[in-house]
Amino acid sequence: MSMALAVDAGLALLILGLGLWIIAVRSSFAAVVGFITYGLVLALVWVRLAAVDVAMTEAALGAGLTGVLLLGAAARLPAEAPGGGPSAGLRVLVAVLCALVAAALAAVVLSLPEPAPSLAPLVAENLPPTGVKNPVTGVLLAHRAIDTLLETVVLIPALIGVWALAADRAWGARPGALTPVPSSSALTLLAQVLPPFGILVGIHLVWAGADEPGGKFQGAAVLAAMWVLVVMAGLADLPKVTSRLMRYTLVLGPLVFVAIGLAGIWSAGAFLALPEGYAKPLIVTIEVVLTLSVALVLGLLLAGPPKERA
Amino acid sequence: MSGVTLFGLCGAALVGLGLYGLICHPGVLRKILAFNLIGSGVFLLFGVIAKRGGGALAAAGTGIDSDPIPQALVITGLVVAFAATAIAVALLLRLVEVGGRGTLEDQAPASNPPHQGPKP
Repeated sequence: MSMALAVDAGLALLILGLGLWIIAVRSSFAAVVGFITYGLVLALVWVRLAAVDVAMTEAALGAGLTGVLLLGAAARLPAEAPGGGPSAGLRVLVAVLCALVAAALAAVVLSLPEPAPSLAPLVAENLPPTGVKNPVTGVLLAHRAIDTLLETVVLIPALIGVWALAADRAWGARPGALTPVPSSSALTLLAQVLPPFGILVGIHLVWAGADEPGGKFQGAAVLAAMWVLVVMAGLADLPKVTSRLMRYTLVLGPLVFVAIGLAGIWSAGAFLALPEGYAKPLIVTIEVVLTLSVALVLGLLLAGPPKERA
Repeated sequence: MSGVTLFGLCGAALVGLGLYGLICHPGVLRKILAFNLIGSGVFLLFGVIAKRGGGALAAAGTGIDSDPIPQALVITGLVVAFAATAIAVALLLRLVEVGGRGTLEDQAPASNPPHQGPKP
């Protein structure tokens, strides 16, 4: 038991140290690298908290895709002028106030009620009718399906927001934030060898997500990563933002989700309710089409607004 | 003190750290990083509550070791946080393109190249 506590204490110290590094280090590039490391260590913390689904999402999205996004931004920033920001006195004041916020939260953590309130028994009781065995997937797609629906819908306005930042004359071009790296044989080889395995892993994560840890978001993040890798190696080009096929694929997932939800009114008596006996095939259908749409959205969010190529 | 409480305190500290960085760093990229730090601190608090919610049940031998509802919320949150970060980064890169610098500081605009965007 004390061994486990030692591991937890080590992880907590590592997380705090990396957090300090991200805030305190001078160079933006070093801070971003620290953030990626931080995300990977945080994934281990999630495993220690018995949240393997979250750990996978954190590693794939929080560390991986966010890392690529931020590294790309750090590389495009102009050289930073040293200094700037509030004066030393103000900084101390801010530090004190932030420490107070942290202390208040810590006090809340230490005074959480005992025994802890939990909805876990309710979920366990209502999981068998959905036919899936992974409780997190059950919650995401059956019990709290409305949250998941809104989330997948909100990704599309986010993409529209990114595209809206294009310069006027660049509209209709291909997204421009993922410029291919000048020919490097190591990267080309990686982009040729890794995607077949990555695509298999992504599909496995979605398929296994019904019963084991995994699911569409984790699978979609892996698929998006493979796509981005191929684009960055210059082996494939991104579609133009005006491409019809791409736009239809983007909205396919949410549309199928809404259609199945509306059908639930007629077949099971409520919006997003799943008729008995058909819950599992419907959940798997939603997972598969959402994976496609979410992977595409994630990749396009990384690819940034359309840009004219020189 | 259990490991779970330790991670809870860690989450609280991360929120404080991130808040400080968000306020004090002049660079926009650093503000985005700090904001993500706040977010992950909040997610960690969710994870602690989920684990605590399962802890008593696990001790009772029900085979449940965590509450899946906060976990599902965190997964939703991580995806939305990524989308928000992508928009923030796109805004930052546009700011650099139009204004030539990646901070929100008020500086003498002498070195700004005249560019296509509207001048404030």
